[in-house]
Amino acid sequence: MDFELSNEQQLLKDSVDRLIADRYELRTRGKILESDAGWSREIWSTLADLGLLGLPFSNEDGGFGGGPVEQMIIQEAFGRGLLVEPYLATVILGGSAIALAASAERRAEILGGVAEGQRLLAFAHGERLSRYRLRQVETTARRVGGDGWVLDGEKTTVIHGGPADTLIVSARTSGGKDDEGGISLFVVPANTAGVTVRAYPTFDGMRGADITFASVALASDALLGEADEAYPVIEHVEQHGIAAVAAESVGLMQAALDMSVEYLKTRTQFGRPIGEFQVLQHRAADMYVAVEEARSIAIHAAMMVGEADPVARRQAMATAKAQIGVSAREVGQSGVQLHGGIGITEEYAIGHYFKRLSMIERQFGDVEHHMALLASLETPG
Amino acid sequence: MELAFSAEELGFRDEVRAFIAENLPPSATANGGRWPHWSKDDIVTWQRILNKKGWAVPHWPEEHGGTNWSAVQRYIFLEELLLAPTPEPLSFNVNMVGPVLCAFGNEAQKDFFLPKLRNLDLWFCQGFSEPGAGSDLASLRTSAVPDGDDYIVNGQKIWTSMAHRADWIFALVRTDPNAPKRQMGISFLLIDMTSPGVTVRGIKTIDDAHHVNEVFFDNVRVPISNRIGEENKGWDYAKFLLGNERTGIARVGLSRERLNRAKRLAEKLPAFNGALADDPQFRRKCATIEMQLKSLEITVMRVLDRQRRRNDSTPDPATSVLKMRGAEIQQSTAELLADVAGPMVAPTDAVRAAYEGDFPTELEETLGIIPHYFNSRAATIYGGSNEIQRNIIAKAVLGL
Ligand SMILES: Cc1cc2nc3c(=O)[nH]c(=O)nc-3n(C[C@H](O)[C@H](O)[C@H](O)COP(=O)(O)OP(=O)(O)OC[C@H]3O[C@@H](n4cnc5c(N)ncnc54)[C@H](O)[C@@H]3O)c2cc1C
Repeated sequence: MDFELSNEQQLLKDSVDRLIADRYELRTRGKILESDAGWSREIWSTLADLGLLGLPFSNEDGGFGGGPVEQMIIQEAFGRGLLVEPYLATVILGGSAIALAASAERRAEILGGVAEGQRLLAFAHGERLSRYRLRQVETTARRVGGDGWVLDGEKTTVIHGGPADTLIVSARTSGGKDDEGGISLFVVPANTAGVTVRAYPTFDGMRGADITFASVALASDALLGEADEAYPVIEHVEQHGIAAVAAESVGLMQAALDMSVEYLKTRTQFGRPIGEFQVLQHRAADMYVAVEEARSIAIHAAMMVGEADPVARRQAMATAKAQIGVSAREVGQSGVQLHGGIGITEEYAIGHYFKRLSMIERQFGDVEHHMALLASLETPG
Repeated sequence: MELAFSAEELGFRDEVRAFIAENLPPSATANGGRWPHWSKDDIVTWQRILNKKGWAVPHWPEEHGGTNWSAVQRYIFLEELLLAPTPEPLSFNVNMVGPVLCAFGNEAQKDFFLPKLRNLDLWFCQGFSEPGAGSDLASLRTSAVPDGDDYIVNGQKIWTSMAHRADWIFALVRTDPNAPKRQMGISFLLIDMTSPGVTVRGIKTIDDAHHVNEVFFDNVRVPISNRIGEENKGWDYAKFLLGNERTGIARVGLSRERLNRAKRLAEKLPAFNGALADDPQFRRKCATIEMQLKSLEITVMRVLDRQRRRNDSTPDPATSVLKMRGAEIQQSTAELLADVAGPMVAPTDAVRAAYEGDFPTELEETLGIIPHYFNSRAATIYGGSNEIQRNIIAKAVLGL
């Protein structure tokens, strides 16, 4: 292990940090949120120009072959800036689904387009009643004739499902609604007849969508990977999501801690800075510990997200997401508490960090979910 | 000591329940599950229904509309309202300024205000906190300077809940800037919000709603006859009021209603294995909250009972227990509900528009959950933050 960044990594970090500091100030972000789209094409092109949209993809696929450390660096900066652009949806979730399961030709086509900033993807997997259970898929795809599929069902809270031109949709092709086997993935252009996208803002400043599929006719090549065998891919996509939000939340938490400490030093009550009250010092110290734990576990997640052994990977990623959930809650709630009344206002930054952290807690499985997963493993913990 | 609800008490509970079932207007029932809960109209209408029945202000002295119920009855009544849920009787009127008027107001003030408070003909808000005076309330700076029969009020209040709906504000103002102790130069004024020079500015909170405001006073004339009690004695009345406010924050029924909702929702949703409602971790969490609620419930009744017997207007430090635990349990239940709904909590209310009238009713129940959770974070901040309550217990109860 080496925790020092290489020169290139440091350069990358400096450039993303600069982007966030110069172009993503909270007020600018507020304007972006108020726009119709809720995110900025201009920022998106800048991300493309910096090579960040193709960062994790291999050179053959049109990407830049960045590794997990590079990914972690940029996600952390995105967290600090509360970036709302569809990076997670397109590059991490959609991108890893294509990278893991598509043919070389299709990878080059789709991921190349993503890297250039031309294509937007969304990963349409969760359903209204599935909560965190990845294997629960009730959307169906039926084979028709010899060479096609018909897709029916509904996906909910698909992040950035609105602007995506290409949806990666999970559907049951055999088995019961709860079986790991029998799930397949499909690549569905968002403008296909029978696809209805209902997009809306979510509480963390992102956008979500509910997407219905009503007798959507798909050609046979819409299938991504093997029929009935998509579960391991879906799980791995989610794990990429976990690694990404783990690093993002480290950026969020560090920012929340910094602004809370600053506030303790400047807010006075009873004739002194409130930071002189020991109970508040201890709360801030606990926040610091929680951030450090999160940082370490985010590194673990980055290390393990590419692990070939699915069981070792599962254990690592569940451990990571559980710790992130614990830290996110502690830091978000304490940050608000230390700020008093202004902590719950839209005008003040801390509330926005708290909201994003609260959403991350409930994305890709919460603490209880991952604890149950860990406890179910042969050697738990 | 009698350790179980008596047959009469249980009968009383059934009577309250039946009354609510028969009289709660349909629009209030529908809005009960939404966020933010009730329209002004729902709250006013319900208060008037209670007033007609004689149940508007059970805990006030009988001559002002009180019912002379026992502490247990008062408790049962309030909890049934929260559990239904009905709109909550407006705390500013019935728990805060009303009892202060009953205890310290003059006859003219009582005659004029009390009937209007009961019937919610006048909606009051609470003007205590200022930008520089939150936890350290006694450092407040809004000034009131006598001028003939009036005070001239200048300054700013902040976090004033519902000021945008209010007709009047009860405010703490500084009448003696040179008092030897800051607490000794404060007076308690009732101010008509329509007075020239009063401006209300809304503050948007993280639950995407408008509850709190800034209120500005620019040379506002307030008749001296609108001062409660003596000049420079306002701090005593405020302490009395804060004790009542704390008791009101316990809100056991509100937490129980949320817990029930979480359990209902858990029946439809999966855990890692099996239904969430059957999941041992989930059930344990529910049991923990039930335990805490039971302790709180009985503590509330003990404090209410003591209040009734003491017949004393100095605040009871035990109310800090109610405020602290009530707020924390409200937060746990809001958190539990958000944990149950999981990723379904993400959409803002704008999701309705996306469905263009086709909004699925089952989504309705997940929609208000995360704003509730965000808003619940305020419970350990307002009414004296939980840090301040611990300070009070350490000093006033434990003598540290
Ligand atoms: C939703 C909401 C509604 C409200 N409604 C009203 C209303 O209607 N009317 C009204 O007058 N006010 C209202 N308030 C204001 C509320 O009473 C204040 O927010 C509260 O008193 C805290 O003050 P502050 O926000 O200035 O925080 P501060 O006092 O600045 O506190 C910041 C942090 O420091 C801590 N702290 C401060 N002093 C100490 C100490 N001595 N020891 C340890 N910790 C300390 C606090 O606990 C908090 O964590 C409302 C507040 C909220 C959030």
